[in-house]
This record gives sequence, structure tokens and C-alpha cells, in this order.
Amino acid sequence: MTDATAQSPEPRKQSSLISSDARTAKRNAAEKRFRAYGLTAILMGLAFLVVLFVSIVRSGMPAFTRTVVDVEFVLTQEQFDASEKELFKTKAYSNLFIAELQDQLTASGLSIDFDAKAIERLLGKVGGTLREHYKANAADLGKPVQFELAASSRVDGYFKGRVSRDTLQDSRFLMLSDLDLVDALEEVGIIKQAFNWTFVTGADSGVDNPGGAGIGASVVGSFFMMIVVLVLSLPIGVAASIYLEEFAPQNRLTDLIEVNISNLAAVPSIVFGILGLAVFIQFMHLPQSAPLVGGLVLTLMTLPTIIISTRASLKSVPPSIRDAALGVGASKMQAVFHHVLPLAMPGILTGTIIGLAQALGETAPLLLIGMVGFVARGYPEGIVAGFTEANSAMPAQIYTWAARADVSFYEKAWGGIIVLLAFLLTMNIIAIILRRRFERRW
Amino acid sequence: MNDMRILERKVAANDIKISASNTQVYYGDNHAIKDVSIEIEDKTVTAFIGPSGCGKSTFLRCLNRMNDTIDICRVEGDILLDGEDIYDKRVDPVQLRAKVGMVFQKPNPFPKSIYDNIAYGPRIHGLANSKADLDVIVEKSLRRGAIWDEVKDRLHAPGTGLSGGQQQRLCIARAVATEPEVLLMDEPCSALDPIATAQVEELIDELRVSYSVVIVTHSMQQAARVSQKTAFFHLGNLVEYGDTGQIFTNPKDPRTESYITGRIG
Repeated sequence: MTDATAQSPEPRKQSSLISSDARTAKRNAAEKRFRAYGLTAILMGLAFLVVLFVSIVRSGMPAFTRTVVDVEFVLTQEQFDASEKELFKTKAYSNLFIAELQDQLTASGLSIDFDAKAIERLLGKVGGTLREHYKANAADLGKPVQFELAASSRVDGYFKGRVSRDTLQDSRFLMLSDLDLVDALEEVGIIKQAFNWTFVTGADSGVDNPGGAGIGASVVGSFFMMIVVLVLSLPIGVAASIYLEEFAPQNRLTDLIEVNISNLAAVPSIVFGILGLAVFIQFMHLPQSAPLVGGLVLTLMTLPTIIISTRASLKSVPPSIRDAALGVGASKMQAVFHHVLPLAMPGILTGTIIGLAQALGETAPLLLIGMVGFVARGYPEGIVAGFTEANSAMPAQIYTWAARADVSFYEKAWGGIIVLLAFLLTMNIIAIILRRRFERRW
Repeated sequence: MNDMRILERKVAANDIKISASNTQVYYGDNHAIKDVSIEIEDKTVTAFIGPSGCGKSTFLRCLNRMNDTIDICRVEGDILLDGEDIYDKRVDPVQLRAKVGMVFQKPNPFPKSIYDNIAYGPRIHGLANSKADLDVIVEKSLRRGAIWDEVKDRLHAPGTGLSGGQQQRLCIARAVATEPEVLLMDEPCSALDPIATAQVEELIDELRVSYSVVIVTHSMQQAARVSQKTAFFHLGNLVEYGDTGQIFTNPKDPRTESYITGRIG
């Protein structure tokens, strides 16, 4: 100290606050550049998100509508009796239906010739549908009944732009002349677009019937799997992390466990699929394609995520809270369960739901354990109520559709993605709400 | 409470509450407390002073086995509370901590209501049989913590919403709610302003009537103001222990003298 005062200080350089010197200017420029980078990065991310969202919605929305022939039809008791006496009963119903269509077209001043074959190409076996309806509901006889009949997927494609007059070649599925009929029916308002309940509630269909394919059954499959995952991974994961974080001594063994849990979180999901196939199906003989097995495999995958996030949130609880609890004579367990865990709850819940969301979107392991079970009938009979019965899962179903040759399945795959995203969005919203609710200041 | 008359302060001989002999504490290879022997009296405020890192907080935390939570910490030697070795294998640290309460450096109320903060200890120790009992305990404790008048109208407001000084008095009230016999305070006023400090010091003086209070402090003025006995720690050693008046006016050890006159530390 004395040294400093002994030497005469060097004359101070005069500087103005108004004009910045070179160093400051350089620093400010660097900061501006960095801000620009950051902003660009965010804008690019947003742009990608918008592109993704728009393309999903554009490609997927058509899956939620279908083309139907909506027609009012009256069948008298006499017509019914007469038709039942015929040799080809459904043929008789079909002819009556065609006559009715013809009448309605003529009434609107349009005259167009078509035969039963054309109607079959457009609507499939109409006669059978009508007959079944009247046999089941005899009371409807003589009264006008509104029929909504699904058009074939090619006609559907004509409305959605997959099929056009320029590219269509006459085949047993659809003739060019049929499109004239379709146009005429649309003009009269008989053919129109309606919400596709089959897609929302139904099960997968055969490869040649994209119109009847639905995601409903696999939604149920995914739901059962998520229940298995939640019930298994939340208690196991939270118990494991509490033990590791609060009770376990710090030694080589716990270090090893810790490293392995981190590694486990990075293991490719297909490895878990093979493990599940070998252990749960081949060794333990659990049923194939069952939500139970799918859930077990996804539990293995979700556990590390839950453990890591739970440990992180336990760690973030200030140690002073533990001290306070121990200081008034709480046991270690009381301190953890009364004070630490409630404070860590928002983090644990968020981690759990993120883990579940990850599991919900996982495809590869499900394909390996055969979670592509084919449920033949739609809602409500087709909804498989059980953990051990064969079912499908949303992402596996989407994958199956995307891999099929018929282009109309492509649209279904996109539609399935919308449903999947809706579920993920819901789960994230729940996570945010839970976070808000449990969050407390300290 | 007057600096100028510490010599004349009445020092009554009380029973020995805590007696430590040849205590050693190690943090891994680091020998943090070296051969400390001390006898802490009942119904007395004992102050631990010394420079940072001298081991006074470590030794304080040995007295209710808070060091158990640190894996690498090892305690040797005997520490007797009322003649019983608190490091005996049969001793449950939870029971010990109910007898030896602790107040920490940073106010650390639970993120719960004021009422629940106080009621937590009595609840887990089963001190109250009914809601009415608990209400009585809460009121008594808050009165002892000299904070009742400030919070009686908002017992169900969060404890974390109080000011720093109020939070610390709440923590003291929480510590006395379990009816401890000894109260350990680890720099309870270091985060408080002078007015709150004065309130807490006054409170400590009142608590002396029923408890043996051990306080760690960095402020020598505070030690002189509140304590009857003072222990000076330096580099893990207990350098000098005696009546506060004697330590501050007539220290026997040259290191103590250097410290209290501001030359080391």
C-alpha cells in the first residue's frame, strides 16, 4: 500500500463518455451480431414449425371427411314383399334404389344413363345394405328414410384431387363415364362431403378398402399401453430416484448405477423392442401384439427419462429445506416425503408426462413386438377391452398405412398423425396445468 | 445487554448440559476439528466465535448430529448430553434432534403456512392430541419467538411471505415448538438488518431462561452482547473458553487477543 502512494501516478488518459472508443464499439457490434444470430435461429425454427404444421393439416384433414351419397328413400311393404320373393333379392333392392336415383335426377332436369354396374363401382353393394336395414327395422317400411352411403375410395379421391379425368383409365373399379354420373349427382346435391366417423372410431381395414380404415382401435391400444407405462414407470422411477438421490451412499456402486441410467436413456428404442421380444414374448410367453407387452417395453424406455428428470427436480430443492425438517426432528423419510417431494412434484410430473409423450410416439419397438394387431371391426364391437388381447397402437398404425401401396392410405397416415399430435398436445397441456398447480414459492 | 458492563455481568454456575471431550471431526482427509473439549452449561447462552473456516459451525452441527447427512464426515470422541453419549449406536438422531433444536444461518421456513410451519414439529412428535392442543402450542411458540403479534391475524398466510427478520423469528419459534432442551443457532443474524438483529438478540436473551443456547456468530459485538460464555475457535482448535467478560477483557491466549482486537481473522 505504501509503495503505491510513493510512486507518482501516471497521468490519466482523457476520455469522453459521449464518443465510444474502438473496444466498446467492437464489443457492441459483437453483441448485436449475436442477437441477430439468435433471432435468425428462432425465426428459422418457427418457419420449419409452420411448414410442418401446414403440411400435416393439409395432407391430413381430408382423412376426416369422406364422400357420401345422401339420399332419401321410401320402400313400401309391397315392394319389400315382392323383393323378398325374387331369386336375387339384393339385386331387386338395388334396382329400386337405382330407379329412385334416376327419378331424383330427372326431377332436377338432368338425364343421364347409368346401370347397376356403375352404381356398384360408385357405392359397392347397395342392395345388400338396404335389405339388411329393412330386415332389421321393419318399422321403417313405407316411411322416407335418409340413407348415407359411403362412396368408393376412388370417387372419394376424385373429390380430393387424387383422381382426375385426365389420368383416369377405365377399369373395373371406376370408368370415365362414371365421373359424369358423379358430377350430376353432386350438382343435385346427392353426393357430398361428410365427417368421417369411421376414421375416428373405426379399426384398420383391408389393404383394398382405404375408405373403411380408422384409427379408433389403435387409439384404444395406445391408451391401454400408456396406462401400463404410467402405472409401472411412475412409482418405480420415483422410488428409484428418491433412493438414489436422498438415501443411497455415494460410492462406486451408486456411481455405476448413475452412469448406466444415463446410458440407458440414450439406448436406441429398437434395442428395447428386441429385448421385449426376447424377454416378454419368447421367454415369458406373454401374448403377442398385446398392449400389456407394448406397455412393458415402453416402460423400460421411459424409466430412465423419469429417473433423470425426477433426480434433477429433487436436486433443485434447496438443501435448507431438508436441514429445516431434520432440525425439528423429522426423520429422513419424513423430510423427503413431507417437504422435498411436494416441492419436486412439478418437475417430476413434467418429466413423467414428457416421458409418456415420448413413449406414445414410439414406433420401432412396437413393430418388433408386433403391436400391429389387426382388429377387424370398428367401434363399438371392435374396441378391444383388455390388456392382453391383440391390438394396434397409433404410431404403428400410421407406419402401416404409410407403407401401403394405395395412395388413399397416405391421407389416412397424415390423418393419424393429426390425431397423435392432438393427444401429445393434450398431454403437454396437462403437464403445464399440473406444473402451475403444484408450483410453490420458497 | 450493555457492552460496557460485561465484566459485571452476573455469571451463575449452572449444571453442565453438554460435555464434549477430545472431539475430532474429519471431512474425508481434512481434519476439521482437532481435539476439542468443552462443557456447555444449562440456561446459559454460549457463543462460538472465530474466523471463517475455523470449525465453529462444524462443531455446532456435531451437537445434534446434523453432520450425519454429510457422507464423508466422521466424528470421533465423546459428546455427552446429560451424561449420555449422543454418538452411541443406540441413539436415534431423530430423537436427539427433538431435544436439540437448531436455527440456521439463512431463514428457511417451509413453503407452507405460518401455522403449519410451527405445527409440523409437534405433529410429527405427537405432542398434541387435538387441534385445540396444537393451537395452544402454536400460539405459545409464536409468542416465545416474539412474532405472535405480527402474525396472529394471518396464521394461514405462507411463511415465506414474511420479511427476513420475521422469517428468522418464525424459524426460532418453530425450533422451540418441539420443546427442545438445547437450542443451536448457526449465525442466526447474518442475513438480517440491525433492527431485526436486535429483536433476535433480545429473543435469545429471553430464551436463556428455559434453554441452553449455543450461538455461532461472526460478530464479536453480538457475542459480547448476548452470551455468558464464549469459546474462541481457530483453525479447528478450541483456543480459549471462558466467561464472556473474561474473554473480551482479559484473554489468556495471545491468539484470542489478536482476534478480538481485529488483528487476525
